[in-house]
Amino acid sequence: MSLRIVVCVKYVPDATGDRSFADDLTVDRDDVDGLLSELDEYAVEQALQIADEADDAEITVLTVGPEDAKDALRKALSMGADKAIHVEDDDLHGTDVIGTSLVLAKAIERAGYDLVITGMASTDGAMGVLPAVLAERLGVPQVTLLSEVKVEDGTVTGRRDGDTASERLEASLPAVVSVTDQSGEARYPSFKGIMAAKKKPVEALDLSDLGIEADEVGLAGARTVVVSAAERPARTAGTIVKDEGEGGKQLAEFLAGQKFI
Amino acid sequence: MAEVLVYVDHVDGAVRKPTLELLTLARRLGEPVALALGPGAEATAAVLAEHGAVKVLTADAPEFADYLVVPKVDALQAAHAAVSPAAVLLPSSAETKEIAARFALRTGSGLITDATDLEAGDDGPVATQAVFAAAYTTTSRVSQGTPVITVKPNSAPVEAAPAAGAVEALTVTFGELATGTKVVSRTPRESTGRPELTEAAIVVSGGRGVNGAENFGIIEALADSLGAAVGASRAAVDAGWYPHASQVGQTGKSVAPQLYIASGISGAIQHRAGMQTSKTIVAVNKDAEAPIFDLVDYGVVGDLFDVVPQLTEEIKNRKG
Ligand SMILES: Cc1cc2nc3c(=O)[nH]c(=O)nc-3n(C[C@H](O)[C@H](O)[C@@H](O)COP(=O)(O)OP(=O)(O)OC[C@H]3O[C@@H](n4cnc5c(N)ncnc54)[C@H](O)[C@@H]3O)c2cc1C
Ligand SMILES: Cc1cc2nc3c(=O)[nH]c(=O)nc-3n(C[C@H](O)[C@H](O)[C@H](O)COP(=O)(O)OP(=O)(O)OC[C@H]3O[C@@H](n4cnc5c(N)ncnc54)[C@H](O)[C@@H]3O)c2cc1C
Repeated sequence: MSLRIVVCVKYVPDATGDRSFADDLTVDRDDVDGLLSELDEYAVEQALQIADEADDAEITVLTVGPEDAKDALRKALSMGADKAIHVEDDDLHGTDVIGTSLVLAKAIERAGYDLVITGMASTDGAMGVLPAVLAERLGVPQVTLLSEVKVEDGTVTGRRDGDTASERLEASLPAVVSVTDQSGEARYPSFKGIMAAKKKPVEALDLSDLGIEADEVGLAGARTVVVSAAERPARTAGTIVKDEGEGGKQLAEFLAGQKFI
Repeated sequence: MAEVLVYVDHVDGAVRKPTLELLTLARRLGEPVALALGPGAEATAAVLAEHGAVKVLTADAPEFADYLVVPKVDALQAAHAAVSPAAVLLPSSAETKEIAARFALRTGSGLITDATDLEAGDDGPVATQAVFAAAYTTTSRVSQGTPVITVKPNSAPVEAAPAAGAVEALTVTFGELATGTKVVSRTPRESTGRPELTEAAIVVSGGRGVNGAENFGIIEALADSLGAAVGASRAAVDAGWYPHASQVGQTGKSVAPQLYIASGISGAIQHRAGMQTSKTIVAVNKDAEAPIFDLVDYGVVGDLFDVVPQLTEEIKNRKG
C-alpha cells in the first residue's frame, strides 16, 4: 500500500536580507526576497529518504503563503517531491499560528495522508510549535523535533534530543513528525530535478476550497495582536582593540570595569 | 486579585531557574498559582511558595513520563478549568512551548512564544518579543481566550516574595490522544558541572576559529575562571568539536546572559539569532572585518590562542 507523505514547507523572507514589518505590523514581504525556509529542506530530505525505503510512496509538498510561495514549492519539487499544493488567499494576510494550523490541517485532510513531516521551526516566526498544533488538530500523534527518524510497518520511531535528556519515541501512523537540522544534510536539487520540477503538478487552493471562512484566519481571525514593532536600536559602537601582546589583559581590565571579575 | 497559572519546569522536584523568573513576571499580572507535574511535584512547593506562589497544584502519573507532551496538556487543561486564570505562563523550552500551543488551540486562546518581557495592560498582558534574529522588538497581546505566553530564560530577576504555597492535588483525566507517542527510553544528559547554558549569567563560546576539539580546553578554562557556561557555534558543533547541546543560535540554544564572550566566531545571522540579546558582548577574532564586531561592547582583534589564555590567567590573578 502506498505511503502518503505530506511535507509542510514555508516561504519566508531571506534571513540574510533586511527583514522588516509593514505598516499594518505584518511581515513586509515586498521589500525582501523570499525563499524556502532552510529548515524545511531537512523535512523534504527526510521525506525523500523515508519514501526511498518504502515500497511505494508519494510525497506532496504543501505551503500556505502568497503568490511567490510557489518558489518554495518548486525548490521542494526539484529536490524530488512528487506534487505540490499551494493555498493562497488574500484573506490569509496576517494569519497567526492557530489560523495557519487550521489551513494546513484542512488541506492535509483533503489531500489524504499517512505521515506529515515539517521543519523544526520556520526561520521567520520561529515559534517551533506549528507541528504540535497540527497534530492536535488532526488528532494524531506528534513525534516532533527528531534528529533521527525511521518509518517501518506503519510505525514511526525517532530520537528527540531535549534539554535534559535524549528520548527514543514511537508512534503509529498516521502521525505528524518534525525534524531538526541534525537529521541529515539536505540534498541539492540536480539539474535533472530542476527540469523535472517544471512539469510536476501544483494544485492551487483558496479558503473556499477548504471550507474555511475568511474571519477564521488572517488578521481578522488572529488570536494575537501585534501592538508595536520597532527596529532594535543599533548597539552603540564598542571599543575595539588590536592585540599587540596585551589584548587578554586589556580585555580583563574591561571585564573588571564592568564588575564581571 | 486575578490568578495567573504558572507551569513549573522541574527535574525530580528541583525547580529550574526560568520558572522562578516567571513567578516574578506573574506577580505583575496577579497571584501566581503554580502547576507542577510528575515525580517530585510536591517537593517543588517550598521554593515556589518562597517566590510568590499562593497555591501549588500537583499531579503525578506514569503517563507524564511514558508519553510525549499530550498528558501534560491534559493536566494544564484541568488546572485551567480549576483556576480560571487571567493568563497562563510557561517557560520557553521546546517541550513547554508545545504544551502551551496545544493548550491554546484547545481552549480557543491566543499564543505568544518566547517573550522577553511582560507587563500588565488594559486589554491583558503585553508581551515583548525579540524577532528576526533580535533585529526587531515587538509587543503583542492575546485577543481571544486566556492569554498563553511562554517566556525565555533570563527575562526577569528571581525575587523572593513569600506566599502561602498551599499544595493541592489536581485530578487529571487523560484523553484519547495522551498515549499516542510513547517514550520508549530516556537517556539523561550528562552534567558538565558547569551552569546550564540557557540560564547562565556568563556564556563563553568557541567557533570554527578554535580549530579542533582538543583546543576547546582553552574555552573551558576561560569559562571556569568566570563560573560560566560553555557554548559553541554550529561550525564547531558540526565539526564534532563540541556537543550539539551547547550550540548557540537559531537551531541551538538561545541565550541572553549578562556577558557573552565569543572567540573564533564570525557572527553569522543564525548565530546572532541566539545571542544578540545578551547584555554585554565581547569578541576575540583575528579578522577585524568579522560581523561579530558590529555587536560588541568590547572586541579584541587578535589570535584567540594568545588572547584567551592571557585573559584566563589575568582573571585568575585578579580573583586571587
Ligand atoms: C516575527 C514573527 C512573530 C510571530 N509571532 C507570533 C506569535 O507570537 N503568535 C502567533 O500565533 N503567531 C505569530 N506569528 C505568526 C506565525 O509565525 C505564523 O502564523 C505561522 O506560519 C506559524 O508559525 P511559525 O512560522 O513560527 O512556524 P513554526 O512553528 O516555527 O514552523 C514549524 C514548521 O511548520 C511548517 N509551517 C509553518 N508555517 C507554514 C506555512 N505557512 N505553510 C506551510 N508550512 C508551514 C513548516 O514545516 C515549519 O518548519 C509570528 C510571525 C512572525 C513573522
Ligand atoms: C538553517 C541554518 C541554521 C543555522 N543555525 C546555526 C546556529 O544555531 N548556530 C550557529 O552558530 N550557526 C548556525 N548556522 C550556521 C551559520 O550560518 C554559520 O555557518 C556559523 O555560525 C559559523 O560558525 P563560526 O562563526 O564558528 O565559523 P566561521 O564563520 O567560519 O567563523 C570563524 C571565525 O573564526 C575566526 N578565527 C579563525 N581562527 C582564529 C584564531 N586563531 N583566533 C581568532 N579568530 C579566529 C575567523 O576570522 C572567523 O571570523 C545555521 C545555518 C543555517 C543555514
